[in-house]
Amino acid sequence: MPFETELLIHQSVKGRYGVDLPTPEVRNRTGLNARSEIGLPEVSEPQVVRHYTRLSHQNYSIDGNFYPLGSCTMKHNPRLNEKLARLEGFANLHPLQSEEHSQGALELIYQLTDWLKKLSGLPGVTLDPAAGAHGELTGMMMIRKAHEAKGNPRKVVLVPDSAHGTNPATAATCKYTIVTIKTGDDGMVDMDAFNSAIETHGEDIAAFMLTNPSTCGLFEPNVKVIADTLHSIGAYFYCDGANFNAIVGKVKPGDIGVDVMQINLHKTFSTPHGGGGPGSGPVMVTEELVPYLPIPYVEKKEDGTFTLIKENETTIGRIKGFHGQFGMMIRALAYMMSHGADGLQKVAEDAVLNANYILHNLKDDFHVPYPGPCMHECLLTHKKQKENGVTTMDIAKALLDAGFHPMTVYFPLVVDGAMLIEPTETESRETLDGFIEAMKTIAKRAREGDADAFHAQPQTTFRKRLDETRAARKPVLVEEK
Amino acid sequence: MRYLPHTDESRKDMLNAIGAKHIDELYTHVPSETLMSEPLSSLPSHMGEMQVESHIKALAEKNTPTSKLPSFLGGGCYHHHIPASVDHLIQRGEFLTTYTPYQPEVSQGTLTYVYEFQNYIARLTGMDIANASMYDGATAVTEAALMAKRLTKRSNVIVYPCVHPDYIDVLKSYSTHSNGTVELGTEPDENTACVIIQSPNYYGLVFDLKELREKCDAVGAKLVVAVTEIVSLGLLPAPEVADIVAGEAQSIGVPMSYGGPHLGFFACKKQYMRQMPGRLCGKTVDADGKEGFVLTLNTREQHIRRDKATSNICTNQGLCALAFSIHLSLLGETGFKTLAQLNHTQACKLADALESIDGVTLKTESFFNEVTASFPISTELLKDELSKHSIIGGIPVGKTLHSMVFCATELTTDEDIAKLKAAIETILSEHSTNGGLSHAV
Repeated sequence: MPFETELLIHQSVKGRYGVDLPTPEVRNRTGLNARSEIGLPEVSEPQVVRHYTRLSHQNYSIDGNFYPLGSCTMKHNPRLNEKLARLEGFANLHPLQSEEHSQGALELIYQLTDWLKKLSGLPGVTLDPAAGAHGELTGMMMIRKAHEAKGNPRKVVLVPDSAHGTNPATAATCKYTIVTIKTGDDGMVDMDAFNSAIETHGEDIAAFMLTNPSTCGLFEPNVKVIADTLHSIGAYFYCDGANFNAIVGKVKPGDIGVDVMQINLHKTFSTPHGGGGPGSGPVMVTEELVPYLPIPYVEKKEDGTFTLIKENETTIGRIKGFHGQFGMMIRALAYMMSHGADGLQKVAEDAVLNANYILHNLKDDFHVPYPGPCMHECLLTHKKQKENGVTTMDIAKALLDAGFHPMTVYFPLVVDGAMLIEPTETESRETLDGFIEAMKTIAKRAREGDADAFHAQPQTTFRKRLDETRAARKPVLVEEK
Repeated sequence: MRYLPHTDESRKDMLNAIGAKHIDELYTHVPSETLMSEPLSSLPSHMGEMQVESHIKALAEKNTPTSKLPSFLGGGCYHHHIPASVDHLIQRGEFLTTYTPYQPEVSQGTLTYVYEFQNYIARLTGMDIANASMYDGATAVTEAALMAKRLTKRSNVIVYPCVHPDYIDVLKSYSTHSNGTVELGTEPDENTACVIIQSPNYYGLVFDLKELREKCDAVGAKLVVAVTEIVSLGLLPAPEVADIVAGEAQSIGVPMSYGGPHLGFFACKKQYMRQMPGRLCGKTVDADGKEGFVLTLNTREQHIRRDKATSNICTNQGLCALAFSIHLSLLGETGFKTLAQLNHTQACKLADALESIDGVTLKTESFFNEVTASFPISTELLKDELSKHSIIGGIPVGKTLHSMVFCATELTTDEDIAKLKAAIETILSEHSTNGGLSHAV
């Protein structure tokens, strides 16, 4: 059991400090009176170190154990990447330094761009977006601009009901009307629904946003038909590439008719997710959409040096300050080079192998809504356990007591009580066997029917089940001063 | 491939267990015409740690970072000292390698530091509440404008031209797909959703915000205050008259890293809570009544509200927020104010030095750690000449005005300032003798 620690604000003792700074000469040319009390804690360095070390003990991490969050992709984070991102030549480089002083950074951006072009089969790349959802927004802004250039921005974006919530939110942010396409019984896009939406909305359709491989852990078999249909009415095929890790080195999205795709560097290329960020969401596009790429971007000059392009008449403009999440680009390139073209193909294959291994071993104990094989994640539901009063949430909390982080729960929304499991390629068979064993034990307990015991879980974690309703009804976002 | 635990043998065994002969059998539902027929021959094969390290180190060495030369660059990204404990603690695997805290029982570490971060931002800005952080300052200010539009149901945004140019550019990019206009520095009226001002502004000038607050109140517009240098809040009064304070917190705990990842922040009045973009952490209790934290008010967000969500954002800059919280905790009340004073004092010395140079005029009367000065020669030329003196100059602004914004932080030494002064004097004297002064304003 980790030690308790109080918020530092409450540990404050006047006169303590954790950083020794020189005593400054007091001057004031601000034109205003100096700041009054702020309310920051006064604590020593040992207190701060102990506080955050104790907090770290209250976290589950991929460094500690298996973290099978589906569609989140928790894989090993190599420390080499951390070391390289911290090199003085990168960490202390100011974004407004001259190109002469930043040639190494510009070359790194150029090299990463080249890898992404070759892996995606798409000739245009922007590394500016700060996260996957930001990449979606960037992609949809480019689509809007491209339609506008043809004289009509169009009105409608098609989104499957199994999509990440960011897809409809992004399209709505771009002021599009969302038409939801239902998922068929096989977990794929219902082609009748798709065709009927095409018929109804026709040339009002700006794009279709499809996650492929999908959030059901499946590859869309009609992907080429979908692409051709969209292109025939002048609409764009937007592919949410969040699950690119399942097909990297196996399928080039550019070859199958994708016009725009964002990827998440942390998912396919292992930049650490630090409790929720920073992310990075590069976007790849076809030649036709290259003119609309955001600024700035890097070009190689004839003399072999690199330059930053900051102006361009057709661009959608700037979508983030400076040049994107550069520190994440260093980590991603290091990871790509460590794997190489041969290794990245193995990444996809091992991710798919591991997910199918789990699916195969759990298919008798849990309901499988769609038959295998799956891609890099497998989808189960609580259907069998619910008969005994045990739900997906109960299974998740029971897993915590078994020492495992749960899978993604209640997503995708298209199946009742979804459990989406993504082992990733960096897990060994022994780890997978341990997880499978824990899941089988939970299934057995559920069959034996002690639902009340499930509801009381978790028991062994730092905190027991937290009252989320109370947090939402009476929100406390800050301490009283 | 050291990151992949399977051997060819174990792959075969696992395939056997599944009942497949070859890995391709697991890809049978992928239409064969979509599978790549050939391996990626245009990209190199895998490399060992030594090779990758030497390749990327060589790239880093092609750069000349600001730690190598006296630098006076600011403009929304600042070179500050980061205490050793900060990077040590954020590299603990239990922080570094966790995901979004979807299972709060085993994520109290992340949730607690996010809650502490929200507290710190709220107190620094003088606002009631803050969120768990944003991508960066530019996108945070843009989200503030979008929130003001939702709150007022008005479509137009007024932004002062002294706001960071990247922020204005991002605001304009976003506005091309949302209704309404972005106007530069006009008077607010009944169609104005918000007025955005930056203080200290891009040129370093500090504003008294009271007058603008009154103008906004007269027409019912929101006041958004952008802050690019959060250290300024240790010396300047809190911008508490604002409705929303948004900006960049990179200065505390986060390296410059060629522009990212940085740390956007977003704080506002309590009544706007349900229209806030981004992630929020709230306090609650567990089944034993013990205090704990959870992500909350998720009904505003994309994973519940989908196309009705307040924004499409589904992440925060978690690790950067942690670095900020650790650094700020180490500084504490006294340390943070001392740091602000150190920055300001060095900027005062910088201003003194610039003012004392013949032909140079200081344009910024009230400032925090950045000052703008005008020169009798083009500042593009000045920048190149300073570079020849091994000095990274400031940011040239307004080419016709011959002005440059210089920044000083606690890392700017008295010697750096003396070197800058001497270099400028030499450059100006060289260019006055060869006719360079003919460009004088």
